[in-house]
Amino acid sequence: MDTQGAAAPGGAVIIGLDGLDALIKALAAGGYRVIGPALGDGAIIFDEIQSAAQLPAGWTDVQAPGSYRLEQRGDGAIFGFAVGPHSWKKFLHEPVLRLWRAQRQSDGSVSAAADPPPAARFAFIGVRSCDLHAVAIQDQVLIGGADKDPHYAARRGGAFIVAVNCTAPGGNCFCVSMGTGPRVESGYDLALTELLGDGRHEFVVEIGSARGAAVMQQVAHRPAQETHRRAAAEVSARAASQMGRELDTTGIRELLLGNLEHPRWDDVAARCLACANCTMVCPTCFCTTVEDHADLTGGGAERVRQWDSCYTLDFSHLHGGSVRSSIKSRYRQWLTHKLATWFDQFGSSGCVGCGRCITWCPVGIDLTEEVAAIRAGQEHGKR
Amino acid sequence: MARTRRVRLAVWKFASCDGCQLSLLDCEDQLLTLAQEVQIAKFLEATSAEVKGPYDLSLVEGSITTAADAERIREVRRQSRALVTIGACATAGGIQALRNFGNVPEFISAVYATPAYISTLSTSTAIADHVPVDFELRGCPIDKGQLLEVLAAFINGRKPAIAAHSVCVECKRRGTVCVMVAKKAPCLGPITHAGCGAICPAYGRGCYGCYGPADTVNALSLVNAWSAAGGSRAQMHRVLRSFNANAGEFRAAAEALHEDD
Repeated sequence: MDTQGAAAPGGAVIIGLDGLDALIKALAAGGYRVIGPALGDGAIIFDEIQSAAQLPAGWTDVQAPGSYRLEQRGDGAIFGFAVGPHSWKKFLHEPVLRLWRAQRQSDGSVSAAADPPPAARFAFIGVRSCDLHAVAIQDQVLIGGADKDPHYAARRGGAFIVAVNCTAPGGNCFCVSMGTGPRVESGYDLALTELLGDGRHEFVVEIGSARGAAVMQQVAHRPAQETHRRAAAEVSARAASQMGRELDTTGIRELLLGNLEHPRWDDVAARCLACANCTMVCPTCFCTTVEDHADLTGGGAERVRQWDSCYTLDFSHLHGGSVRSSIKSRYRQWLTHKLATWFDQFGSSGCVGCGRCITWCPVGIDLTEEVAAIRAGQEHGKR
Repeated sequence: MARTRRVRLAVWKFASCDGCQLSLLDCEDQLLTLAQEVQIAKFLEATSAEVKGPYDLSLVEGSITTAADAERIREVRRQSRALVTIGACATAGGIQALRNFGNVPEFISAVYATPAYISTLSTSTAIADHVPVDFELRGCPIDKGQLLEVLAAFINGRKPAIAAHSVCVECKRRGTVCVMVAKKAPCLGPITHAGCGAICPAYGRGCYGCYGPADTVNALSLVNAWSAAGGSRAQMHRVLRSFNANAGEFRAAAEALHEDD
């Protein structure tokens, strides 16, 4: 065990595969609902896990625009894949959430009750740097201002983050362009780097918080040496050189907002299905709709909040009709919000370069390509 | 606020399989409440007792396939304060609308021993093609939860909370992995109206389009993506020619495929 105080915030230790299993079990025993990557439906999804045996050992994902498939790696790597169809917002900003129920009583009064927040705190295993930045963006959007979303706050507060430094960026990854990875820098309790090869399979565990240090006291470990830290840094440097895509963000806000009538918007509108998949898989998209349902008697009612999207016709429905009736106007709204007006609203880009919107677009629309086309042809759009 | 009089409900059948109106009987837990809240004035699948019109709310199942039915729906409309169509037959013409793209006299002589007994139109069309409709509830069959929502909305005088976006939104909300992206399955989900809860993709199959076109449809782009993934045009044509073959955007997409061949 630790004899040099390495398992303290700012320190780093080494664990093996059994240590990873012990970590998951220690978190579960500590009352956390442990969520991590697992195989499901032909993809690496996020699911509740009880042991390291459920992690997708030896699998990787091959991603291209509109395409995702699993492949065997042949090396037994636990975290040898990029990001899948799910993001952490599935747990923190739930897709469907009943906000309250109301019932008319026999005396005519109405009683309303909010649904209680979830009992268990989350522990997330395998959070990538891009996704950690996405969580930080949703923090800013949902609980960073004067009006805080109590539902998000209840799930986010106390969530234990076990980050993983990316070793296998996907074909649609561009976190380096967005300055969001691949190496995690903050916002974690523990950060793992998987070291594999030359007969070893172990993890460098960087301790990011006091509770991270406390959990590591329950996991067999040894102090990390300088060679381990160097090896971990090399893993991230290699990952940084393997980005599948890149996005030139130079003056991107002005570029997009200065080209609102660029012909490329018509071009992409001819391909866009307005199906909303990109917004659903985006780890920062946060829009919801609120529906009220009254039962047959009119005596009971409930309010349900669900993920919504700027791609639906009803999203911009005001008195008299929809403001954004064309697909062109909806794609442009999404992209200009994500990459330009997000800065005005929240002080950062809304894109973390995870590439999910490219992979999970059924027709493979690639925002990096769309931006590049607008940049290349921006003289066209000038009036 | 207590209503002074129970809503008088009528259920009508045109060319259909009865499956959608049976969804009403399938409401089980809610059925007694429904019977308390509304007066079921006419519903032949449940009772032969019949209360004369007019009716506050008519649920209309089925499509118009005969001259007699084209007249009858006008009378139903005249007797109904609100008219809601239920199911793909009533909202798009149903599977029987495949006749719209074939030769009806030829079918009749091939199928019936005495074709002279058959009196039918050459088309199967949606109720809304004949009379004004207050709300169209999609599906083949309809979803009983959505039916209850529509009934509750009309009874309580509010707008039904029925989303018109794509099935993809339902897949994503329930966490289903996209079958088109991960399995290369031909899926109508991106252009199909939500409502079923995205059942088929949850079982690894592409969407069959039972709920007809979504609020926004770009069928050409979807067809191009299927082609790129190795789908044949004949297969795509077949997928578009099913329960909602006569629904505007699906019909147009199938016709475009046909013309290209």
